[in-house]
Amino acid sequence: MEKKNQHVVTVDGNEAAVYVAYRVNEVCAIYPITPSSTMAELADEWSAKGITNIWGNIPEVIEMQSEGGAAGTVHGALQTGSLTTTFTASQGLMLMLPNMYKIAGELTSAVFHVAARALSAQGLSIFGDHQDVMAARTTGFAMLAAASVQEAHDMALISQAITLIARVPFIHFFDGFRTSHEVNKIHLLSDDQIKAMVNDDLVFEHRKRALNPDRPFIRGTAQNPDVYFQGRETVNSFYDHIPALLYYEMQKFYTLTGRKYAPVTYHGDPDAEQIIVIMGSGSETAIETSDFLRKCGEKTGVLQITLYRPFPTEDLLKAIPATVRSIAVLDRTKEAGATGEPMYQDVVISFAEGLSKGLINKIPKIIGGRYGLASKEFTPAMVKAVFDELKSATPKNHFTIGILDDVTFTSLQFDPYFTLDESEWTQALFFGLGADGTVGANKNTIKIIGENTDLYAQGYFVYDSKKSGAKTVSHLRFGKNPIKAPYLISSADFIACHQFNFLEQEDMLKYAKPASTFLLNSPWDKNEIWDKLPLEVQKKIISRKIKLYVINATEVARITGMTGRINTIMQTCFFALSGVLPPDEAIQQIKKAIEKTYFKKGRKIIDQNFKAVDMTLENLFQVDVPLQTNAKASIDRKIPDYAPEFVRNVTQMMISGKGDDIPVSALPIDGEYPSGTTKWEKRNISDRIAVWESDLCIQCGNCSFVCPHSVIRSKFYHKDYLDDAPASFKSASINARGFPETKYSLQVYLEDCTGCNLCYEVCPATDPLDRSRKAIHLDEKEGRLDAERNNIQYFELLPENSRPAVNFSTVHGVQFLQPLFEFSGACAGCGETPYIKVLTQLFGDRLLVANATGCSSIYGGNLPTTPWTKNAAGKGPAWSNSLFEDNAEFGLGMRLTADKQLSMAHQLLKRLEPQLGESFVRDLIESSQLQESEIAEQRLRVDQLKLALQKMNSSDANHLLSVADQLVKRSVWLIGGDGWAYDIGSGGLDHALASGRNINVLVLDTEVYSNTGGQMSKATPTAASAKFAAAGKRVGKKDLAMQAISYGNVYVAQVAMGANPQQTLLAMREAEAYNGPSLILAYSHCIAHGIDMEKGLDQQNKAVMSGYWPLIRYNPVLRKNNKNPFVLDSPKPSMPFRDYAYNELRYKVLTQTQPKEAEKLIQLAQEIVDLRWKTYVEMAGFGASSFQPVL
Amino acid sequence: MKPILDISTKYMGLHLKTPLVVSANPLSEKLDNILKMEDAGAGAVVLFSLFEEQIRQDNIQLEKVLKATSNSFAEAADFFPDMDEYAVNTDQYLEIIRKAKERVDIPIIASLNGITPEGWTEYALDIERAGADALEVNVYFIPADLRITGDEVEKRYLDILRLLRKTVKLPIAIKLNPYFSSLGHFASQLSSEGADALVIFNRFYQPDFDIDHLTVLPNLEFSHPAEIRLPLLWIAILYGKLPLSLAATTGVHGAKELIKYILAGADVGMIASALYRHGIPWIKDILDDLKWYMQEMGFSSLQAFRGSMSQQHISDPTAYERSNYIKILESKKLR
Repeated sequence: MEKKNQHVVTVDGNEAAVYVAYRVNEVCAIYPITPSSTMAELADEWSAKGITNIWGNIPEVIEMQSEGGAAGTVHGALQTGSLTTTFTASQGLMLMLPNMYKIAGELTSAVFHVAARALSAQGLSIFGDHQDVMAARTTGFAMLAAASVQEAHDMALISQAITLIARVPFIHFFDGFRTSHEVNKIHLLSDDQIKAMVNDDLVFEHRKRALNPDRPFIRGTAQNPDVYFQGRETVNSFYDHIPALLYYEMQKFYTLTGRKYAPVTYHGDPDAEQIIVIMGSGSETAIETSDFLRKCGEKTGVLQITLYRPFPTEDLLKAIPATVRSIAVLDRTKEAGATGEPMYQDVVISFAEGLSKGLINKIPKIIGGRYGLASKEFTPAMVKAVFDELKSATPKNHFTIGILDDVTFTSLQFDPYFTLDESEWTQALFFGLGADGTVGANKNTIKIIGENTDLYAQGYFVYDSKKSGAKTVSHLRFGKNPIKAPYLISSADFIACHQFNFLEQEDMLKYAKPASTFLLNSPWDKNEIWDKLPLEVQKKIISRKIKLYVINATEVARITGMTGRINTIMQTCFFALSGVLPPDEAIQQIKKAIEKTYFKKGRKIIDQNFKAVDMTLENLFQVDVPLQTNAKASIDRKIPDYAPEFVRNVTQMMISGKGDDIPVSALPIDGEYPSGTTKWEKRNISDRIAVWESDLCIQCGNCSFVCPHSVIRSKFYHKDYLDDAPASFKSASINARGFPETKYSLQVYLEDCTGCNLCYEVCPATDPLDRSRKAIHLDEKEGRLDAERNNIQYFELLPENSRPAVNFSTVHGVQFLQPLFEFSGACAGCGETPYIKVLTQLFGDRLLVANATGCSSIYGGNLPTTPWTKNAAGKGPAWSNSLFEDNAEFGLGMRLTADKQLSMAHQLLKRLEPQLGESFVRDLIESSQLQESEIAEQRLRVDQLKLALQKMNSSDANHLLSVADQLVKRSVWLIGGDGWAYDIGSGGLDHALASGRNINVLVLDTEVYSNTGGQMSKATPTAASAKFAAAGKRVGKKDLAMQAISYGNVYVAQVAMGANPQQTLLAMREAEAYNGPSLILAYSHCIAHGIDMEKGLDQQNKAVMSGYWPLIRYNPVLRKNNKNPFVLDSPKPSMPFRDYAYNELRYKVLTQTQPKEAEKLIQLAQEIVDLRWKTYVEMAGFGASSFQPVL
Repeated sequence: MKPILDISTKYMGLHLKTPLVVSANPLSEKLDNILKMEDAGAGAVVLFSLFEEQIRQDNIQLEKVLKATSNSFAEAADFFPDMDEYAVNTDQYLEIIRKAKERVDIPIIASLNGITPEGWTEYALDIERAGADALEVNVYFIPADLRITGDEVEKRYLDILRLLRKTVKLPIAIKLNPYFSSLGHFASQLSSEGADALVIFNRFYQPDFDIDHLTVLPNLEFSHPAEIRLPLLWIAILYGKLPLSLAATTGVHGAKELIKYILAGADVGMIASALYRHGIPWIKDILDDLKWYMQEMGFSSLQAFRGSMSQQHISDPTAYERSNYIKILESKKLR
């Protein structure tokens, strides 16, 4: 029995684990990685607030440059006697492997807490499975698996207790996202309970083993063949004792808390015939399903593995009933080419050994299967399918469950409609926008219910992969008993749709139980709403007798002064309708929560929220549901018939939320996906879109240049084309003399526009008679869609402007170049994507891109649709993401191939010169490819060459044919953020730049880890706050430009498009033209700066005007020509640093929390700005000889 | 032996050693400057203004940014370090009041600048609790909306004053602008609603245009001595007619302007622009000149000449009215 009076909280798995880890450690060395980042962030936050561990001291938390660095620091701190931990996942754990062998080999007490996650293979996945921890199973670390939020809390302590006793380091892991991000009600361990489990004498022993000059010894020797082997065997007994020691510690834990664990735990029929062996969150699903099946007369059981390494063979054999006939071992991992997945092998071997040792007398049938990779749902229906399979005479081995494998036929079929008895839960689904606060409100609801009532609560939140207009689905369960259901809700009592337009895109009522409640935030009132519902929705409301309620939450929010913030209103509706709590009590609790949240933000905000709560019930109406449907529209997200087959058959499924149904055969075998698929996913995320006023426009191209989503396109064309144009198609005479017959059109792709307003902000053309009207501005989309779809179709029929005819050197000219990066899912108003788009306009048709993991790899490569596209000739950027840490090396590899294959092509051309002709070969090898027209000529020559080679049919000809594409100059770009360039990839970048090879590096510098949530990087500037620098960064930002300049032969530029787009353009062109390494540091405003994103470009300008971000170019070619290679493009600073900085929350926050420190830091930052400016000015004035000579 | 000159004064019930008060301006954001102001002889310091919009804006901006960036993406539940400790800038303001009260003996007058009655109560109370000696309220409202009537504008001031009067016991000064159709009547209404002082007049931000770029230039220029005429007129008119103190602000660059204001009836003169031009010690120079003037004129105290040029006390009270204007125009006619 659980002990009474234990403190109850609702937290997610990450918080549950780190709560303990923080209290039993003295040093945490970490590096952010999804889904473990929260653990590290909380530790840092608590440390900054002065929260102490159980010994009364504040743990030291340090963010390192990579997980490799974190592991090294952990190793060092452990070796010198600190109780040390780290938090990681996935590739992060992979980077820790080398140190883990050391830590284990030296028998060091430590626990690594891992939110287990998939590894990057054919694609990256941030979601949960056991691939990472399984890859670490050979390190010598013991492994303890937690299956729930409560277990993540408890195992964090048990692993710490046992590591001190056993001296073997532990990985404590739980399932990424499913457990790390599930919010559940848990019993919190008290400090006394924690102290009772962690023996101080063992802590002293740990310190005694530390390196200490007062009693010196050495550790880390290099060993010869004579002793290494024996040395490796010295540790055996320590591992042998672990299962027994752990059992003892778990008993002790049980006495303290009433929660019982064991290295392996059998749940089920004592006379079971079919059992599943499993670990992690899937255990809960398996156990609950087995219990359900037993009630139906089945003889089933589940063996939950908690201790995975050292594998508890004897415990396992003892725990499994002798009656068992067949066993399915479920692995949440994949080991291609093995005899089976790791745990399957462990179980088979255990039985084989057991038999040979005489511990058992027969071996049941044992099959192994894979499930749940990358958070693939694992449901009771799948568990049942496995049990059913076990009953068959010849159960399928090496099966998969949860997918349809129609290639190697591994998959088991399951009945998707099978569910457990869910009647004791209230299940609710909420469909919201990332930005509308739905998830936050639901987390709050869980807290209200979980911490103020006897009810149990569970919450899990699903996000889509876009960063703008992202959808969220919240899955909430409430019940009288602990909720053990780590899978999504498929049958809900309550469904809320917080955004009306979602109804037109997704059939959310397919999850509705009969007689359930559907709450809709609607601009239409209770009398109008029915006619506006799509057919499928009407049908389900009638057939399932769903109670329909509407509220115009958007309007209530507006009236109460909370425009755009509907979360509190919808939350109040939920409480009013769901009956989870008595309405009065619920409202009281909501208000209490509001006061708690906003008490420091002033009465005004609290009163507004209170008013919104009070007004909600007056505005919530039940709709009288007619007996008949009358819908005029259906849910329609159909992709046009002319889309490529893959897009229609596969991408379409993913877009419409049916990706789980895609069979193995439909997917690429090697991770190769078609380019340019975003154009098929018309997301229509903004009601306000850019509108062009042709009469005002001066055709400068600024709007198109800065548009982060490439939705503003321009073309010039002969006026005759207008003869067939739709009436609403806008055009203007080209703004250039001498072309009376040439017209200009600017077309907005309105369905892809995010309404970010950067175009308006940058537009210089204002109506002289109405200063509020600009040549491009935002307006309502309503009523424009049909006409503009026609216009876009017509615009696309206009010929692309010939690249040689366009002036690449001006912003005005670039607008006529087709962007080959379009409609990405980046944040509305993103500061990074405009640079990428321009890059593709300039060099897209011969571009090779190595992209570091981060924001740019997510908006650039996250399925279902991706923005890197191709032109009408089928040419475009070839893009790939390897890892986070290796991008420079990855890109360098691309360059080496280009260089190598080019030299092979040249060699073969020479060999084939007699057949091909001397002058043709000379032209192919020696022709200049600096100008676009020259590249076009070379392309023609290569086409001719290929034709000629195809006719030759010789070995040389075939070889040349396979590398002939390289004869057109390749442009290799390495793209990534500051987390890569300044931190984790710094060493590789440095080496790649030093290689002298012709690579171009574009660093999208947001000065913080944007993708993982705002952690400090070495690009974070002085005085800015970030996670791990909550008190403001005290150290200066690394001057990466100067570091690269120190090589002498690296082209370096620092650019900010919002300050000087022309300089950005010049830098990109110079970098590409330079036959050597180039580095461009691009200031990228970001939501992580805490700015009004509409003003992002203005902030860029202020960064330059304040002298904080000087625009520079360092061109080794100038040095070669005996000129000063260092060019300072910025004007003299004209505003203090603070005037720029305090427009951003990242700087301003400190003025509120620590005003004195803020003042000190802002002055320091100003001094750094002044000093840097002075240095740059001096450098710009030097003679050529002051700089390193270049060969 | 020099005669003893008494330059002390009373301002809304507070005893001030000198009649020169530093008006609300950013110099008082630094405690050091407040110390220097006392050293130079300032009778009191009106702290820099706490702007209603700033309080609200900071909150709204914070909320907006946090909301837009929280719980939107699977990989990042948020983007900023914990904001629990983030408080609106009132905390800082209150801290300055507390510190200033610890370090100086002269009265510290807090300044609230806003346009609506909402949300002020708590800040005024906090200010009182922090130890401020008085509160100056600057209702900086430009009725750019053509539907707003003069009555509504006045009501706005009166509502704010009533609310504050109910909330705090502190003396309250209302800083006025000159653009009321009947300033005298309005001043008497403020007086009857409990205003302890009127500060005459506020300088509105008056934008300029950049004619090349067709943009509005948000300039705020320093005052000039010539600007004292309008306040001078109204102080002279109001002096002695209402049971409240009068503070003259705008254009005090030297003793001359201060003396004129006192002659018109001001209890104190307020200074800001001149301190930017000449530095804080300039206060002492002005006070020295004031004393020199009093000595020359034989005034032993301010009381001796305060209001002596007011409408009440001059021989020709119409000098402040229409008839005098006609006389002036007449005198300017070409002869």
